[in-house]
Amino acid sequence: MVNRVGVLALQGNYNQHKRMLDVLGIKNILVQYPRELENCDLLIIPGGESTAISKQIERNDFRHSILNFAKTNSVFGTCAGMILLSSSEEVANLKPLSIMDFIVDRNAFGRQIDSFSGDLCLEFDNTDSFNGLFIRAPKISQLGKGIKILATYKKQPVMITDGRHFATTFHPEIGGDCRIYEYIIGKINE
Amino acid sequence: MEQGTFEVKVGLAEMLKGGVIMDVTNAEQAQIAEDAGAVAVMALERIPSDIRSDGGIARMSDPIMIKNIQKTVSIPVMAKCRIGHFAEAQILESLEVDFIDESEVLTPADDNNHIYKHDFKIPFVCGARNLGEALRRIGEGAAMIRTKGEAGSGNIVEAVRHMRSIINEINIMSTLSQDQLMAQARDFQAPYFLVEQVAKIKKLPVPNFSAGGIATPADASLVMQLGAESVFVGSGIFKSEDPTSRAKAIVDSVTHYRDADKLAIASSGLKSAMKGLDISEIPKDQMLQERGW
Repeated sequence: MVNRVGVLALQGNYNQHKRMLDVLGIKNILVQYPRELENCDLLIIPGGESTAISKQIERNDFRHSILNFAKTNSVFGTCAGMILLSSSEEVANLKPLSIMDFIVDRNAFGRQIDSFSGDLCLEFDNTDSFNGLFIRAPKISQLGKGIKILATYKKQPVMITDGRHFATTFHPEIGGDCRIYEYIIGKINE
Repeated sequence: MEQGTFEVKVGLAEMLKGGVIMDVTNAEQAQIAEDAGAVAVMALERIPSDIRSDGGIARMSDPIMIKNIQKTVSIPVMAKCRIGHFAEAQILESLEVDFIDESEVLTPADDNNHIYKHDFKIPFVCGARNLGEALRRIGEGAAMIRTKGEAGSGNIVEAVRHMRSIINEINIMSTLSQDQLMAQARDFQAPYFLVEQVAKIKKLPVPNFSAGGIATPADASLVMQLGAESVFVGSGIFKSEDPTSRAKAIVDSVTHYRDADKLAIASSGLKSAMKGLDISEIPKDQMLQERGW
């Protein structure tokens, strides 16, 4: 049961995630210290710059706490947050947490001029398409066993789950469509 | 699929919040910035304090220098064009920089018009000293505002003045009736729909960052607490005695801008900050913030 959501607030678009949760009436806090994870049952790692967020995870001793948290709780990563959840190879200034079994290519579409928005197909809701915003977005290059695809754009996976954790290459926090949050929280509550 | 829309442009600005954008003049400095945890770099040939002391005309940087920086780091790379110089902006767009700063730090190319930024696929950031100036720039298509401060001064007083002006004016807008908002739009010489939007959402319609005089971790904390969503540091890092330590300290101080214990640690043992200027030492005709219309 999701009683309280933590939004990792080290860098990036954490305030808009918070606003979406506020709209849905879900209790939430901005997490700046590892001890604040204690009373949360879902952690959102927002979009931002993956290298900047990764630095702050290391500098603020979050790594061990998030890995521990993820053993019994859910983590939801968007864009840079998804890169951090992945099992992609460690590079200079970026140490993924390897919480989920998939690999991404960073900035796979190119620079900002190649950023875009487009209609996504949600596997769990075929009533209406979802406007997905992709900002210097990563692309999923490899999916591990047990990973399920929850949304696609032009047949490419853009939202995935391993049953406990969730990740999107796009930004569900921008715009007013709350369906991604409703689905994830509903799934955890099942 | 839609590209270059206002939503997509503002999207990148949203991702840079809670971070530090650093002025760099070569690939080596860009690497120091990325290693420190910067969210983006601003590629320019001379940092503002050198532009100020060198005099002469300051123009867009050499594309080779910008490309070298793009090759070196994975974070977004921004570059500056002169106010109104849309040809420089077209060149920067062809280089695929991630953000263009139509900047008062360079010598203005047009004393009446700013660039019509909606014509470009790449987002623009522009400086502003008050709400009217911010809304005029957003009306022209800016996807991010930075308060101007006084670039290259190392003095935070102007950045504070401009951030307080914008926040105060936003607060006043939220108390006005429709007829008063129309009068306000007239006084601001800004589009009415933007004035109305600010009154309703009680913030700018695009992210609002701070720039122009930030030299210490405490300066960064100050402007963040006053309402900035991120900070630009120009001369403050690479004009200091130990840029690597100072860059990291300013990044950490933006992440924890309300935590005085963390700020105390970040402020410790940084060697000398840039020397800086009292605003009264700057001749009136050399005030960069006066540029922009």
